Amino acid sequence: MGPSPPPTTAVGTQKLTSLESTTPGFVSYSSPSVGAPQSRTQYTRSLVNQLVIENLKHRPVRTGLGILAIAFSVTLVLTIVGLSEGMIEDNRDRARGAGADIIFRSPTASFGTGGGSAPLNEKLVPFLETQPHIAMSAGVLVHSLQFPNSLHGIDLERSARMAGGFRFVEGGPFRNNEDIIVDEYYAKEKKLHIGSKIPLLNQDWTVCGIVESGKLGRMFVQLKVLQELTSNPGRLTQIYLKVDQPGNLAAVVADLKAKQPDYGINTMEEVLSAFSADKLPALAIFLKVIVGIAVAIGFVFVFLSMYTAVLERTREIGILKSLGASPGFIVGLLLRESMLLAVLGAIVGILFSYATHYLFLVLIPASMQQKITPEWWPKALLIAILGALLGTLYPGLKAAKQDAIEALSYD
Amino acid sequence: MTSNMVEIHQLTKVYHQGDVEVAALRGVDLSIAKGEFVAIVGPSGSGKSTLFNILGGLTPPSAGTVQLNGQDLLALTDSERTDLRKRTVGFVFQKYNLLPTLTAQENIDIARYIAGNQTSDDPQFQETLKLLGLTDRLNHKPRALSGGEQQRVAIARAIVNHPALLLADEPTGNLDTENSTRVLELLRDLNHRLHQTIIMITHNPEAAAYADRTVHMRDGRIVPG
Repeated sequence: MGPSPPPTTAVGTQKLTSLESTTPGFVSYSSPSVGAPQSRTQYTRSLVNQLVIENLKHRPVRTGLGILAIAFSVTLVLTIVGLSEGMIEDNRDRARGAGADIIFRSPTASFGTGGGSAPLNEKLVPFLETQPHIAMSAGVLVHSLQFPNSLHGIDLERSARMAGGFRFVEGGPFRNNEDIIVDEYYAKEKKLHIGSKIPLLNQDWTVCGIVESGKLGRMFVQLKVLQELTSNPGRLTQIYLKVDQPGNLAAVVADLKAKQPDYGINTMEEVLSAFSADKLPALAIFLKVIVGIAVAIGFVFVFLSMYTAVLERTREIGILKSLGASPGFIVGLLLRESMLLAVLGAIVGILFSYATHYLFLVLIPASMQQKITPEWWPKALLIAILGALLGTLYPGLKAAKQDAIEALSYD
Repeated sequence: MTSNMVEIHQLTKVYHQGDVEVAALRGVDLSIAKGEFVAIVGPSGSGKSTLFNILGGLTPPSAGTVQLNGQDLLALTDSERTDLRKRTVGFVFQKYNLLPTLTAQENIDIARYIAGNQTSDDPQFQETLKLLGLTDRLNHKPRALSGGEQQRVAIARAIVNHPALLLADEPTGNLDTENSTRVLELLRDLNHRLHQTIIMITHNPEAAAYADRTVHMRDGRIVPG
């Protein structure tokens, strides 16, 4: 403080000395406010957005963690949904790859073309081939292994003919009873080559061929060998039929149903249509549970993030209150922040889902197939926003109710 | 209607700390004319900060009459006190209280935005900025500004909406002698030039000497100087 007392001057009579006059390089105040009212409005809007962005930039670790937390829940949803759809689609593609028009099964056969039981007599195969307009038939015994794998016992010549041929990437057809053919995804996942051994059903199988994926299954052994090993001599899980002309399909199915009322007889298209998450109530419930968990995770992380943000910014909130900011303004500011976190988190989560897709493809292409599901991106964004909204509500209201005096004295 | 900016009669403020009641103001009577620059001095616990908070609409009075620019503060709701801070009162704090993430200009503009002030051109305010010596520091964030510059930005922010009353709480408390003098001269200039009513809380008699009048407080009451 200066030692000399200040001059006492009557109000409004002292001549002012601007500090600018002593400031070199003086430039006039050029707020974007000077100009059209429209640009002023845009500026003030962008000012609040600027405040939101700067707040997030000001605390990069917290912001990064918030984005990662939301991204995690979005990735969780997209990965689970992608896996569900991807695995269903893979099964569908492999069923379609069998090349059949009709599937002949036990009436109690479960979803899809998988199995584990062997209710059919193999004598049905030559019998069905004698039926009008049936061009070809092939019986398959499916033995379920540890999920999601199964072992297919096939008549290679018949199955290959129906499927339009098995294209061998390496090796060739069965030569010995212990030979096994695998598809390239299984070979890649298990790092198998011709001559590799696979222990299954208490014996070692030798890989004799690696075929292109998308035909019926991933592992094939000779039908007779599998029937013996599983104590199902002469039995089959299902029989694939091919008609001579596509136009005869409906008539053939109707004829077979009339003659064989005790069996499940469906066109392959009917079977393929069952490969859908919508038609699997248990899967739909599972997906809802996963989405619920993702929302809960998003909520918890955003809640913690915004709660911390409110605590960290107690003083700033006090400043805004001293400037006359309403509770709505404060809550709005925090909501904008969390919305931005949600959008960024959703984008990162979508990018992460590509990463998980790549990892499944590289590491376990035979066991898990994750489909990229763009139709779920808007839903994932909504989930992120919902989690962020819920997570911001309490901290936001807490901030809005904060006592301005206490907030201003907060260090 | 009175021509005074502030009319206070028998103002009391009681805080509750658990089961204990603490009387921070015990019947304050005070009148401040429009355009007056008043310093309120007193030791810690004298009630001057409580008076500051009540006049600024930061806390409601317990009893008595407080008229600020014709508004009865006792009758105001929370929302109306928010409006009071938005339009009627401007604050200058000891710790500057600038938003650290915004530039000086944005700190000023956010106050304008919150007040709903969409004025596209304000020659008077631009003149004030010149007076404050801030025009070449507006694009800097608070951390890049000296304490004196930060306090001048805080003053600019406080008066950008042309408040009826400028409240300054120990505005030189964190400043060195040179910057303190500059800030006090600025406050006095704003008072003289714009007829800005100013109430300055201080414990420093030298700072108080810049005001037209000094009010002394002790133990929640106004006492003779």
